[in-house]
Amino acid sequence: MRGFYSRKIHSLLGVIPLGFFFLEHMLTNFSAVEGGASGFTDSVLWLNSLPLVFFLELFGIWLPLLYHGVYGLYIAYQSKPNLNRFNLERNWRYTLQRISGVITFIFIVWHLYDTRVQVALGNVKHEELGGVMHNIVTQPLMLTVYIIGVLAACFHFANGLWSFLISWGITVGPRSQRVSSVICLGLFVIVSFMFLFSLVTFRDNEFQATASAVQSLRSLI
Amino acid sequence: MAETAAAPKNVKFVITRQDEPDTAPYTEEFELAYRPGMNVISALMEIQRNPVNAKGDSTVPVCWESNCLEEVCGACSMVINGKPRQACAALIDNLEQPVRIEPMKTFPVVRDLVIDRSRMFGALKRVKAWIPIDGTYDLGPGPRMPEKKRQWAYELSKCMTCGVCLEACPNVNEKTNFIGPAAISQVRLFNAHPTGEMNADERLDALMEDGGIDGCGNSQNCVRACPKGIPLTTSIAEINKQTTKHMFKRWLGV
Repeated sequence: MRGFYSRKIHSLLGVIPLGFFFLEHMLTNFSAVEGGASGFTDSVLWLNSLPLVFFLELFGIWLPLLYHGVYGLYIAYQSKPNLNRFNLERNWRYTLQRISGVITFIFIVWHLYDTRVQVALGNVKHEELGGVMHNIVTQPLMLTVYIIGVLAACFHFANGLWSFLISWGITVGPRSQRVSSVICLGLFVIVSFMFLFSLVTFRDNEFQATASAVQSLRSLI
Repeated sequence: MAETAAAPKNVKFVITRQDEPDTAPYTEEFELAYRPGMNVISALMEIQRNPVNAKGDSTVPVCWESNCLEEVCGACSMVINGKPRQACAALIDNLEQPVRIEPMKTFPVVRDLVIDRSRMFGALKRVKAWIPIDGTYDLGPGPRMPEKKRQWAYELSKCMTCGVCLEACPNVNEKTNFIGPAAISQVRLFNAHPTGEMNADERLDALMEDGGIDGCGNSQNCVRACPKGIPLTTSIAEINKQTTKHMFKRWLGV
């Protein structure tokens, strides 16, 4: 009984609220593509001006993320991949879902440390986050790490949605599962494109201004 | 029959053996003369008749289980060239050589290729995969089953508890207690029956216990491996739907 509910909660939290936050994050990042450095800063400031923003973050992001991440690691540990025997598309996705989950979990912890934790510690202001990202993605190694992390997260999101639809009994027959596969694949492509486009945009020099401000601030301290 | 005059071909077998349930497995090679239409079971029978391995040493005959020899009983499940399947339906003509035969190690190995599938029958008891109609007096005829429903339910009734779907499942292993696809599909079968439906909640409750339907990870190997072509993933998704509804009904006290 406990297993049933904890797994159901894991599945639900992956979509609500984490899936929605993921899409929100994508849109915020994309404001850097649309509106440049000032557009991105405006989006970040608007998001942080929401009422009860601390509780929105706590119950909408941190706690669900912690539960989904830790329980997800346990699910990944419990699986015994058998691609050598069953070299099938769905089995590949099953295996990649677990691998991408672990990669995403590690990546998110790191990414949070770079950004949200630094804000919390008072080292960085919200307006300077674009500069922080600029400093990260202008390093080729870090850019590669971020691309891998972002792609893993996008896959985990899109394929997780496919799996969610089955686990809640929404897509039952083979045809609906095939159609949802195509839709989720499309979602993976769109979401990946938007995230990567924003990531590359952060390399623009206009984000340098805020970045140099951060650096001078750091050197001052 | 001109072909019979050709030089006799040999077929090579590499068989994973195990003397006792708790001793280490080892492989032994065998070489048999090819006969048209031979399958893995007839090869094992040949070894039983003349227990000599490829080196020419006499050995203990290989143990295996089989009954019907027409892929309906589920007894001769083993891993042949990496794929779990029924040995009686594994024609040598369709297999790559050497033919590698192993027991389905998801289950406890009793000896050589003989495995203990008790957990599958235990699972059927857990989910109450039957229709309780026994009593002290005649209950009369039950409600009729629509023909359309009977047709797909018949497909589910073909399950022979062979265990191939459990062997194919990456979530059935020593780290979990997942009940496996077969029993979940049987719940769908008995919940679809007009009389069985009267006890539907009991079966759903059983699948919401520890090791129940939440163990499925949607790798969907089961439906590809099933020798009877049972739509196992459709059954799992349908039972996902039924347990989800049942969960909300229990909460709301309907």
